[in-house]
Amino acid sequence: MSRALLGATGLLGLIAIGEAVPRLGLVPIQYAPPPSRIAAALASEAQQPRFWTAVGDTLRTWAEGLAIALVAGVVLGVVIGSVPLLRAATASTIEFLRPIPSVALIPLAALLYGATITSTRVLVVYAAFWQVLVQVLHGVADVDPVAHETARVYRLGRWARVRYLIWPTALPYALTGLRLAASVALILAITGELVIGSPGLGREIAVAQGSGVSAVPTMYAYVVVTGLIGLCANAFARMGERRILAWHPAIRREVAAA
Amino acid sequence: MRRIAIALGLPVVLVAVWWFASAGSTDFYRPALSRILLAFRETWFGPRLFDDALPSVGRLFAGYALALVLGVALGTAIGAIPWLRALLEPALEFLRAIPPPVLVPIIILIAGFGDLMKVIVIVSGCVWPILLNTVEGVRGVDEVLADTCRSYRITGAMRLRHFVLRAASPQIVTGARQALSIGIILMVISEMIAASQGLGFTIVQFQRGFQIPEMWSGVLLLGLLGVGLSALFQVFERRILIWYHGQRAEMREW
Amino acid sequence: MLHVEGLSKVYDGHGRRTEAIADITFSVAEFEFACVVGPSGCGKTTLLRCIAGLLAPTSGRITVSGEPVAVVFQEYGRSLFPWMRVRDNVELPLRASHMKAQRRRELVAEALESVGLSDVHNAYPWQLSGGMQQRVAIARAIAYGPRVLLMDEPFAAVDAQTRAELEDLIRSVWQRLGVTLLFITHDIDESVYLGQRVIVLSASPTRVAEIVTVDLPAERDQLTTRSDARFAELRTQVYAQIQKAKRSTP
Ligand SMILES: Nc1ncnc2c1ncn2[C@@H]1O[C@H](COP(=O)(O)OP(=O)(O)OP(=O)(O)O)[C@@H](O)[C@H]1O
Ligand SMILES: [Mg+2]
Repeated sequence: MSRALLGATGLLGLIAIGEAVPRLGLVPIQYAPPPSRIAAALASEAQQPRFWTAVGDTLRTWAEGLAIALVAGVVLGVVIGSVPLLRAATASTIEFLRPIPSVALIPLAALLYGATITSTRVLVVYAAFWQVLVQVLHGVADVDPVAHETARVYRLGRWARVRYLIWPTALPYALTGLRLAASVALILAITGELVIGSPGLGREIAVAQGSGVSAVPTMYAYVVVTGLIGLCANAFARMGERRILAWHPAIRREVAAA
Repeated sequence: MRRIAIALGLPVVLVAVWWFASAGSTDFYRPALSRILLAFRETWFGPRLFDDALPSVGRLFAGYALALVLGVALGTAIGAIPWLRALLEPALEFLRAIPPPVLVPIIILIAGFGDLMKVIVIVSGCVWPILLNTVEGVRGVDEVLADTCRSYRITGAMRLRHFVLRAASPQIVTGARQALSIGIILMVISEMIAASQGLGFTIVQFQRGFQIPEMWSGVLLLGLLGVGLSALFQVFERRILIWYHGQRAEMREW
Repeated sequence: MLHVEGLSKVYDGHGRRTEAIADITFSVAEFEFACVVGPSGCGKTTLLRCIAGLLAPTSGRITVSGEPVAVVFQEYGRSLFPWMRVRDNVELPLRASHMKAQRRRELVAEALESVGLSDVHNAYPWQLSGGMQQRVAIARAIAYGPRVLLMDEPFAAVDAQTRAELEDLIRSVWQRLGVTLLFITHDIDESVYLGQRVIVLSASPTRVAEIVTVDLPAERDQLTTRSDARFAELRTQVYAQIQKAKRSTP
């Protein structure tokens, strides 16, 4: 059997198990609705403008936060990475700030910005920024020392070095950072909505959760939607990476310290 | 000496700037650092340490350990059996793509509001990066080493322990590191959404009660927790992957 | 001791069919040192993997009477476990065969001693040079106490100096241990210098072109043996066979 067929079988199997387990009474059906009911709930939600507004809000928070993090991460990464003194001076600070969980900022954001898109965006930017920055720093560090020497021998200016030497080496790393950041950013976008209550899919899930047993299939439907968005985000990030790097000779490997 | 000065320079400057810039602050939302540190001592060096902070960390460890065992076990099986991998890969891709925090409301429905729910939440988020990375690692074991095992009759548990798991360990560690940060997020989230104790709950409580310095101290504690756990992780990683980093450094010299 | 009868191997997969071995028949007597030479890509590794039981032949029969069988692979860099120190690498096969710890330690020490690596027990393989790594792999095979030893171009990737040393090492190991040794190489000089017989393979489709008996004295050394007139004759003979086999291929 071909891979694709096996994979489809696996997906169908997952759906079948999801359908059978509640129907056989192994878990309470009102708490774990079978996929058919979730699909029905999804279909009815999809007819309401409110659903699409939520999807749009989530996507917007995610994309804006990601874009800010990407620009900031790349610019700072290249600047810090290409100045040895700066790199040494910031290393410990970066090591310290990076593992601070972004959820720690939730109460701060909620306090300062309330239940708005802005407060969730702060979380998204914070979480995504480190992913990009760390990868770019690794990328800049990976520039071939011989190439560095060559550039110096030919008296390439600082800008030319960034443009022709550092940037091409760091690009694959930056894209890896973007891919990692994209999935983290989505998690934080939806988390912020769920916990802070800023508009988006996360808030809809919280609303459905608070609306009693009848809304349970709706809640599942929203969860499935977040999964689908996550899937698309992954697929797009991978595709973009492949597209942009098709010409690129560098070996792409995920930095172990990610 | 110079290296230490460079490493400590920026952090010291940053803390000093925060200290002096916030000194005598009258902004309700941004209290002075001295005030926050005072609140930190009053808040966390007392019963809250045992009633809120430690139980949270305990749940985190429990869930994380469980996810580690589950993820490595399932990942090894899936990675070693090609048809199983082909069968499960798309389903796993989908399940992994669901942002873990949205599972909190679902798991509450099934497991209630207790410790069990929180541990399940942590497991359900941590298991994916570990599992998928283990699959990749097991799949990518070196063929020559596999042949070596076969020709020297290294089989069964011995093969698993000394070959498969070790060969996959760099990937497993990468997955475990991703899982750790997800685990901390989920520990906090599960308590923010549904709990009557724990770190996340307490901090949200402070925020809602406008106990601002206390809230800041909670944020600080979470940050320290993240930094501490990641440092601990690095200690383990160094020990487990000493050969890997050594080998890579060796290759780079070529 | 070791019989290969009508062996053929066809790789079939990924939409590509490669006939690696057409038809090979030969045997190796107990305690014999036999070399296999053939041009690159003629299926030498394939042959060895079939004999070692790592690969199922497409047709033909292989009988190896004598246990255990040890293998030294072509890619020494990849055949040692990088997460284990040298000592543990040599010891692992013995642990797998449930040997007592005391006995294991002795065997490991002896084996490393005999390849001249008594001082690197605690090193990791990647801290050693290529030649030393291959010696660790040889030590592992020795410690295993094999009756049959299979070696696949073990010295292809080491420098000439080390290579000469390792060749002498292998000769002495073979004489001391009393094993049946099948040594694969693409180097004609090496095959004549080492073996008692040289099995010459043709280019693909691979067959046995000729089997040359090496009637050089048992005591060999790099200087006198290689400057021996008989040595020159033999290597010319092997060389001519390989050239002929190449030309006759369609
Ligand atoms: N796993 C495989 N799948 C398909 N074809 C293979 C495989 N392994 C080897 N071949 C093919 O079989 C032929 C013989 O390969 P083999 O590795 O046995 O040659 P070799 O004599 O050992 O070469 P070398 O001297 O370079 O080590 C080659 O044409 C090779 O492309
Ligand atoms: Mg070969």
